[in-house]
Amino acid sequence: MVPVFFAYFALVSVAAGVLTVALKNPVHCGLALLALLLHVSGLFVLLNAEFLWAVQVIVYAGAILVLYLFVLMLLNLKTDERYFHPSYLYFLAPAALGSLYILFQLMRSPFGGAKGDAPVVAVLQDGDTVAVGIKMFGDYLLQFEIVGVFLLGAIIGAIVLAKTPKTLDEERKA
Amino acid sequence: MVPLSAYVAVSAVLFMTGLLGVLIRRNFIIVLMAVEIMLNAANINLVAFSHHLESMAGQLVALFIIAIAAGEAAVGLAIIIVVFRGKISTNVDEMNLLKW
Repeated sequence: MVPVFFAYFALVSVAAGVLTVALKNPVHCGLALLALLLHVSGLFVLLNAEFLWAVQVIVYAGAILVLYLFVLMLLNLKTDERYFHPSYLYFLAPAALGSLYILFQLMRSPFGGAKGDAPVVAVLQDGDTVAVGIKMFGDYLLQFEIVGVFLLGAIIGAIVLAKTPKTLDEERKA
Repeated sequence: MVPLSAYVAVSAVLFMTGLLGVLIRRNFIIVLMAVEIMLNAANINLVAFSHHLESMAGQLVALFIIAIAAGEAAVGLAIIIVVFRGKISTNVDEMNLLKW
């Protein structure tokens, strides 16, 4: 059953990615991106990463995508007539060749390596959330704090950037 | 059982799609969406290797990537709003000034 679900999630996420890049109307692009994010989260479930599935659905599909759609509708963009780069065909062929070469190399790689300290059976016993939590608040506590400070900086930066600037008269009065 | 190389192949195709989107699309918002596609491709790779090598480190890094993507989206969209207020355009070819 897992290969069937994998094929579904993989094919739909690739198709949605292509649509995100290729569609003309920006709102349609945003909805294609939503389909991509949800199907990528399905891939996470197949890999026993339920916590990441929940984070992907809540943060990506719930918060980030709504932000994108909000800005799209706030700006009320008209669809450009010329929405691709004028010489995009020159990019297309190298990209196709490059991805074929990378795929060829990936398909014949053995992907060996030393196993870590979280075997699948142990993770499944307590659940993925417990394993992620113990690791995050143990070994990765410093990185967790750094990400918190980063998000605070991003919030402040976004507010400062998008604030309506005062007109010159108001600045003279103040 | 799905082999690891299948996940890595999906991730590579998605990454190429996102890279192509950044290169050929002219709308700044769509360029940011293509960056999100690339970040998602990296996440698939990290989680697949985390599962394969039986280590939680990949999932942790994927979580941090999602947080970074949230910050990037907030600041990027704020920059778009500022640019749009000044020039009424989101075409990346017309954004060639740091100040006006």
